[in-house]
Amino acid sequence: MDLEIAMLLGQDGITNGAIYALLALALVLVFAVTRVIFIPQGEFVAYGALTLAMIEAGRLPGTVWLLLAAGVLVVALDGLDALRRGGVGRLVKVVGWNIVYPLALVALMRFVPTNTWPLAAKVALTMAVVVPLGPMIYRVAYQPVAEASVLILLIVSVAVHVAMVGLALLFFGAEGSRTSAFSDASFTVGPMMVSGQSLWVIGTSAALIVALALFFGRTIYGKALRATAINRAGARLMGISPALAGRLTFMLAALIGALSGVLIAPIATIYYDTGFLIGLKGFVAAIIGGLASYPIAALGAILVGVLEAFSSFWASAYKEVIVFTLIIPVLVWRSLTSHHVEEDE
Amino acid sequence: MRVLITTGGGDKMKIQKTVLAAALGMAFVSGAAFADINVGVSVSATGPAASLGIPEKNTLTLLPTTIAGQKVNYIVLDDASDTTTAVKNIRKLISEDKVDVVIGSTITPNSLAMIDVAAESKTPMISMAASSKIVDPVDEKRRWVFKTPQNDQQMATAIVSHMVDAGVKTVGFIGFADAYGEGWWEQFSAIAEARKLKIVANERYKRSDTSVTGQVLKLYAAKPDAILIAGAGTPAALPQKSLKQRGFAGKIYQTHGVANNDFLRVCGADCEGTFLPAGPVLVADQLPADNPVRATAQEYVSKYEAAFGKGSVSTFGGHAWDAGTLMVNAVPVALKAGQPGSPEFRAALRDALEGLKEVAGAHGIFNMSPTDHLGLDQRSRVMVQIKGGAWQMVK
Repeated sequence: MDLEIAMLLGQDGITNGAIYALLALALVLVFAVTRVIFIPQGEFVAYGALTLAMIEAGRLPGTVWLLLAAGVLVVALDGLDALRRGGVGRLVKVVGWNIVYPLALVALMRFVPTNTWPLAAKVALTMAVVVPLGPMIYRVAYQPVAEASVLILLIVSVAVHVAMVGLALLFFGAEGSRTSAFSDASFTVGPMMVSGQSLWVIGTSAALIVALALFFGRTIYGKALRATAINRAGARLMGISPALAGRLTFMLAALIGALSGVLIAPIATIYYDTGFLIGLKGFVAAIIGGLASYPIAALGAILVGVLEAFSSFWASAYKEVIVFTLIIPVLVWRSLTSHHVEEDE
Repeated sequence: MRVLITTGGGDKMKIQKTVLAAALGMAFVSGAAFADINVGVSVSATGPAASLGIPEKNTLTLLPTTIAGQKVNYIVLDDASDTTTAVKNIRKLISEDKVDVVIGSTITPNSLAMIDVAAESKTPMISMAASSKIVDPVDEKRRWVFKTPQNDQQMATAIVSHMVDAGVKTVGFIGFADAYGEGWWEQFSAIAEARKLKIVANERYKRSDTSVTGQVLKLYAAKPDAILIAGAGTPAALPQKSLKQRGFAGKIYQTHGVANNDFLRVCGADCEGTFLPAGPVLVADQLPADNPVRATAQEYVSKYEAAFGKGSVSTFGGHAWDAGTLMVNAVPVALKAGQPGSPEFRAALRDALEGLKEVAGAHGIFNMSPTDHLGLDQRSRVMVQIKGGAWQMVK
């Protein structure tokens, strides 16, 4: 192994690690605010990537129908309550966001040739379709059991994951897709070649992390989420709605997931079930951070990515074994250094 | 049926009851005598093998609904590429639906697990999975089992011959880290060694991997004349794209597992010039007019594309078509021996399948024998090259 190979592997590892870092952040965020271990996080990666691929291919992605169906469910759950508490105006708002908005998207994609739009517009459209699924899924699947134990929330997560993978097979088919690259440029830095797409991935990840830090540090909603994460009951006493916090968190998780998918789709073929494994590696990173620390989770993600790249060079058949075995020493170390606390309050 | 009336001067009521029961039993048996032929199917329409299972499932809808004047019912179950579910499916098909023949499953582990149940209930089974272990050796259990896809060995031989003819001396191998890649490695390394090809690198990757940079760098560093990628479907495009990106200029070979149009779509220009062995159905229109497979392969392609859209056909569905073709040819013979639903019919169907000669399917000509339950010869494979984003037969 010479320096050039090491640098190429390092570049590859950091690019993948940047994606894992985003997912790890989303997992830590969701767990901190809602105590949900969000297994379907990876599915948003696949939904984002494949929705974009279908828009590029000029076909109507099945995800908009899912958005519409989820919206109808939300209205069925919330409609009566909204009418009773906030009158017609509030009901119109609920119906508008959950039914009229998806219908508008369907109409837009059906009648406007969106596949000729510039890439940035296509990405925005993909986000518009996939991101609202996050809060809707929270409303339908998690909010009714929001006070349940971590174990029950985990079981709900498994159910949501299985349902989303099944729907993805229905929407996108069994074969994978790739999307066109954000940039075909490549730069020569010393002895190695850096592709424009990896710079996009790393740059966007870094920008998103900074944006999240600003959101949590400077905005009232971000502070509300942090308060909920630190002390749920206390935040509630201060007038922060746990339902709102949950929906906001899931929207961020869906945004991060879909964006990761869009970023990774040009460098890897994405299948309807790819998301799970990517999400799982983000989860390994989140575990390294103890499902609590954002910076350690992000560093852990880079470690996972680099470890993966180098083990694929030395022992490709054992790559996943090596990556997932990493979790054992981490858990041993964590259980030795921290006191065991019975979680369920 | 035991004759129970011989009880002579015994209890009259009891005799009457037994006669009644016997009559009912007769009615049941004769009712079954006019029953339809029931075909049980277990395919992997979801899960990791879905890209193979879905075209197979589609193809089954094209099979005839009457054979030799008998109505045929197809009971199609999905096994989700899961071995336990496949066994559950075949048990249900045999015990509840009383099927006369089982078609399935899509993948090797499922098919291997189903053999025991088929043999135990003496029901003929036609597998659509590739491994030669499913039908070889034909023993007491595998008597009941047939399969339609070509053995990996036949395909590996075709690749090695092509490599040797093209002057390739050293070769690198990268395959799936699962039964598919492992099976290919076993076959390919043995045949390559026998033909004096030197294998300089042996790598694995997962079908769900998002990057194979490490493996590709190692292959590239070994500087082989040619590289064989043993993967199935669109995941096989990833190493090829990475190799091209790295500037690999040697020959690249793929296996017949990639022979569908989605692979061409995903791989695009990076797959130009790639060689692979495939069933003749892939290039049905390019087969010479005197090729006996041409007509049946074209028939399958036109029927499939009429039902599911132009360009939708893949070779995997062809294996299901061939399973149906074998059944359609065997049923008329078996009907002479017994009625559908009876053990006699199932046994006769097995014998008829074993006796099939010169049956033309989409993938080749089947000649079954008591020692060969696949029955395909070298007419079942052609070498194909990807040219201009399309499959081109190598003459």
